[in-house]
Amino acid sequence: MTAPDSSPAIEVEHLRVRRGGRDVLHDISLSVPRGCITGLLGPSGCGKTTLMRSVVGTQLVEAGSVRVLGEQAGTPGLRARVGYVTQAPSIYDDLAVTDNVGYFAALYGKSARDATHAIEAVGLAEHARQRGNQLSGGQRTRASLACALVADPELLVLDEPTVGLDPVLRVDLWQQFDALAAQGRTLLVSSHVMDEAEHCDRLLLMRDGHLLAQLTPAELRAETGETSLENAFLALIKMGEPS
Amino acid sequence: MTTTFAPPLRCYTATTVRILRQLRADRRTVAMLVLVPTLLLALIYFVYHDAPSFPGVPTMFDRIGISMLGILPFIVMFLITAIAMQRERTSGTLERLMTTPLSKLDLLAGYGSAFSVAATAQAGLACLVAFWLLGMRSAGSVWLVLLIAVLDAMLGVALGLLASAFARTEFQAVQFMPLIVGPQFFLCGLLVPRGGLPRWLEVISDVLPLSYAVDALQQVSRYTGATGLMWRDLCVVAGFTAVALALGAATLRRRTA
Repeated sequence: MTAPDSSPAIEVEHLRVRRGGRDVLHDISLSVPRGCITGLLGPSGCGKTTLMRSVVGTQLVEAGSVRVLGEQAGTPGLRARVGYVTQAPSIYDDLAVTDNVGYFAALYGKSARDATHAIEAVGLAEHARQRGNQLSGGQRTRASLACALVADPELLVLDEPTVGLDPVLRVDLWQQFDALAAQGRTLLVSSHVMDEAEHCDRLLLMRDGHLLAQLTPAELRAETGETSLENAFLALIKMGEPS
Repeated sequence: MTTTFAPPLRCYTATTVRILRQLRADRRTVAMLVLVPTLLLALIYFVYHDAPSFPGVPTMFDRIGISMLGILPFIVMFLITAIAMQRERTSGTLERLMTTPLSKLDLLAGYGSAFSVAATAQAGLACLVAFWLLGMRSAGSVWLVLLIAVLDAMLGVALGLLASAFARTEFQAVQFMPLIVGPQFFLCGLLVPRGGLPRWLEVISDVLPLSYAVDALQQVSRYTGATGLMWRDLCVVAGFTAVALALGAATLRRRTA
């Protein structure tokens, strides 16, 4: 990894996105620090995926700027530095895990050995020879994660990676995310389950295409006087409403 | 992790290999891909088996069959490619690929190359069976027939890739087949010689690539040695293929709504 950089990994200013004739992101501004896990939380349909797509550069943007690792989002130079794991695992069902990860390794200019390491890192070594459609939901998610990890990215954008997984696997994945952050990588992880906020260093709370707050879990508790993050989020929404 | 030496064509090569691996995993598709045109050709052979033949004039099978050697791979590859690309789109892997260093042309050329390998096997078997088993005769070389058949298949691949850009669903992709292939098939000179078409249809057939593909095959059928007209026809087919690939790459979007 490169030397620590104090500038934010992601800087979004006045981002507006329209989809299907209506605004799905309204004037979002935020920043994500480097080298830690930032959780993007909010109910389904609040615009989390759209925001993530804007960060990786696959979203048509109406207005505003998105800067990633010091460059405009989606520029060719960023493609090898940013890893993206889509909400639905995007792996080839008719290819073995090795071939899936090996393909992405080749695209990023990495070797077959790097692919093997990435498969080991997500705990799929025993299933490396299985095809995508022979894997369970959780294994598919992890195969998709390996396809992003193999790039050795500085920034990992993970869209609801733990949804629908059993609790043991979830703990497992969060430990892996911690390990990745400890290596100096930046992680942006979305979820609609507030419990997951506990694992994050910082939180971005979204609702209906608006950013409600960006703060740490401790700050969220302090600000709302709630101990459970779920209740704290609800309290925060109430505080924002005109009384 | 280590960064290995990256040759300039690595994305293209890796994509070609990946698509060939996917194809290989689907054995039934491979079998059908290779066998179906040959079986259809055998059917045409029997359809014209009892048709009267006249000395000095190519038999109906020689005339129709040799055109089919170009048309069938074109149709099959068009369909397969349009669906394969649509699958890439709906499975989310296309969006994922668009975030990697892979260029759009790498992706399309990868599809083109991988399916051309399949098309060569397909056209090769069809030519083999037509000339050695079904007694098809042509004045020109069988190798020229094979070359034209493979180019026609590549044209099908390129048009299939382009058509898939305008399809939102697999249902739509399938229906592009009659839409794109139908008129070309009717106007290519197989049903009615192109000179015998109403003037306005002849003009349309002049701008459709399959007309040139069939024309080239008729040249090989009639004349020994490669004629200048045949090379012109082949250049037109290759030109259409290149333009369709470039347009396909241009219509592919990294950013979508």
